[in-house]
Amino acid sequence: MSKTVSANSDRAEWQREFDAQTEGQRPRTNRSGIPIKPLYGPEDWTSDRHEADLGLPGQGPMTRGIYASMYRGRPWSQRQLVGLGTAFDYNDRQRRMAGAGASALSLCPCNSVYRGYDMDEVDPLLLGTCGVVINTAEQMSTALDGIALERISIGLNDPTPFTLFAFVLAHAKKTGTPWDQISGTSNQSDYLSHFVANHMFLRLSLEGSRRVLVDHIDWCAKHAPKWNALSVVGQHMQQAGATPAQAMGFTLASGIQYAEDCRARGLDLAAVLPRFTFFFDISISVFEEIAKFRAGRRLWAKIVRERLGINDPRAARFKFHAQTSGVDLTRQQPLNNIVRVAVQAMAGVLGGLQSMHTDAYDEVLSSPVEEAARIAVATQNILREEAHLDEVVDPLGGSYYVEALTNQMEAEIEKTLAQVDRAGGMFEAVKGGLVQRLCGESALAWQAEVESGRQKVVGVNGWQIDEPPDVRKPQERPDPATIDRYLKEFAAFKAARAPATIAKALDELSRAAEDDRINLFGKVVEAAMIGCTHGEITGRLRRDLGFGNPLVMA
Amino acid sequence: MTTDLRPPKVLMTKIGLDGHDRGGRVVATYLRDAGMEVVFTGPWKSIPEVIATAQEEDVDVIGISSLASDHLLVPKLMAALRENGLDHVGVVVGGIVPDRDERDLLAVGVARVFHPGASLDEIVPFVDRLAKNVRQRRQGL
Repeated sequence: MSKTVSANSDRAEWQREFDAQTEGQRPRTNRSGIPIKPLYGPEDWTSDRHEADLGLPGQGPMTRGIYASMYRGRPWSQRQLVGLGTAFDYNDRQRRMAGAGASALSLCPCNSVYRGYDMDEVDPLLLGTCGVVINTAEQMSTALDGIALERISIGLNDPTPFTLFAFVLAHAKKTGTPWDQISGTSNQSDYLSHFVANHMFLRLSLEGSRRVLVDHIDWCAKHAPKWNALSVVGQHMQQAGATPAQAMGFTLASGIQYAEDCRARGLDLAAVLPRFTFFFDISISVFEEIAKFRAGRRLWAKIVRERLGINDPRAARFKFHAQTSGVDLTRQQPLNNIVRVAVQAMAGVLGGLQSMHTDAYDEVLSSPVEEAARIAVATQNILREEAHLDEVVDPLGGSYYVEALTNQMEAEIEKTLAQVDRAGGMFEAVKGGLVQRLCGESALAWQAEVESGRQKVVGVNGWQIDEPPDVRKPQERPDPATIDRYLKEFAAFKAARAPATIAKALDELSRAAEDDRINLFGKVVEAAMIGCTHGEITGRLRRDLGFGNPLVMA
Repeated sequence: MTTDLRPPKVLMTKIGLDGHDRGGRVVATYLRDAGMEVVFTGPWKSIPEVIATAQEEDVDVIGISSLASDHLLVPKLMAALRENGLDHVGVVVGGIVPDRDERDLLAVGVARVFHPGASLDEIVPFVDRLAKNVRQRRQGL
């Protein structure tokens, strides 16, 4: 007699079949160390937790998204990093990117700018190879020529003391755009993350950066209320090795630190918190990233409400930009990276991000060539317009797996938060090296996974092929003659200024550095409008507020 | 002549402007685990600083980690090594180096360029062999 097919589920039978089919397999865990079961069900999450865990988008726990309509109301912004060569090159390429569909502008300066130097202070060989060289308000006007400031949001990669933003403000003044119409974000304002990882952005001492950042937040709230003065960055730490849960934990801890620093200076948190934004890495660990974003959003709303005591949904909105992770990309078979980026981007959108940068497939080879940059933008257009990922808010909400994993990631993130709290908060945890050590340990653990082959990477430790050498037409380096001309123009610009006026503006900076009743960022804006250069302003503040060398750990 | 029994000594450093240090830290840890002595510096070292450290520490190999075009300065480092009588020191570069630049670096005497995805199984023995060859050549002088 044949076995009858029962309509009832038989758990023991399933388990027996599962075990037989997977004999000898090792248990699975995600990058954050959470065990992953093969099947999730009502024993992991039930819909009677809907109100407590999820609620509606834009309300309550905020898990499902920070706005009621999410992408129906406003699609995520495509914010591609652009930067190479001179201000003229930047303007040219930015206009073409806008034509390809980029809806927000982003500016990635040259490493010399990041390090706080003018172009005449570094080896000219390095100028413009990794970003655009902008040292003055005049050059910013060239870079932004023809771009309607009041209609586009700008992402500036602009660490303390925010000279690039000061140059944008000077440009706006000159072209008649009121400051309260300027919208965008001071990316790279999170100096703590620079101290941990990505030291390239480090310009001032920890204490000096703390002072300037709070002044910047205060100044923007009063004079440029549509500007997001702070972007708290988890991306650097995840790129430096932190697991997704650790990166989220460190980021939330930094958010708490900055909020408390603002409060200590007497700022109204209800007014400044809505201008806090966040910036994350999206790895290819799809469900882990989705759960990371959902858990982070829920935790930040809880922190704002319970820990910071602010009961305003606008302050609790966890607005974030995310960038697909370069660490997952491979030099081997580089076109495969287009697929990796698409998968990462999908995870970010399903996680509810507000804006996104998709990496070009060749970023692991060099600065992207234009075709690669165009494919990166097209990837976002395809996800939105062809795959329709913008149609349903939090489409994975209610999935047994996603909800269970979101809860587990939340618990894991809270462990990291507690570690930082025990060290005395993020400022102290960074100063003492705890965060750097934890990132380093996780980086080694990941490397061991890849070295052992437990983590397969296509083309690296599996499915390798014999490849011809790189046949792409490489991104042209800036023409030495162009750089030379740019340097000469810069020298002429500096020579044409009245030395006494410049000296006075820089002395005003020094005076503000000594007197914390004066808003230091306000003085940076004045200096920028008078014609002081990036290197002059940053150099003076580095002298007065000190420079913080990163802890050397290996 | 006695054989030099000290472990191979490697200077891991970064020149130029970039500060990404994950790769350098991971490689330094593996070299140490393999028994080598590693001098690890912070980022942004000038070429004269690298030369001075290489002299003071008497290293066999210099490892340059470059993730954002600082490798363009390596030819200047190679020239400075020669000028300071440090031609014997082996130089290895790791990070993001386009193919056309790799050819330029090998042409000026860089022993090897390791790209993203290079296995530590490859890097560690290479550096070890390079350091031992450097020692032998110096003793042969």
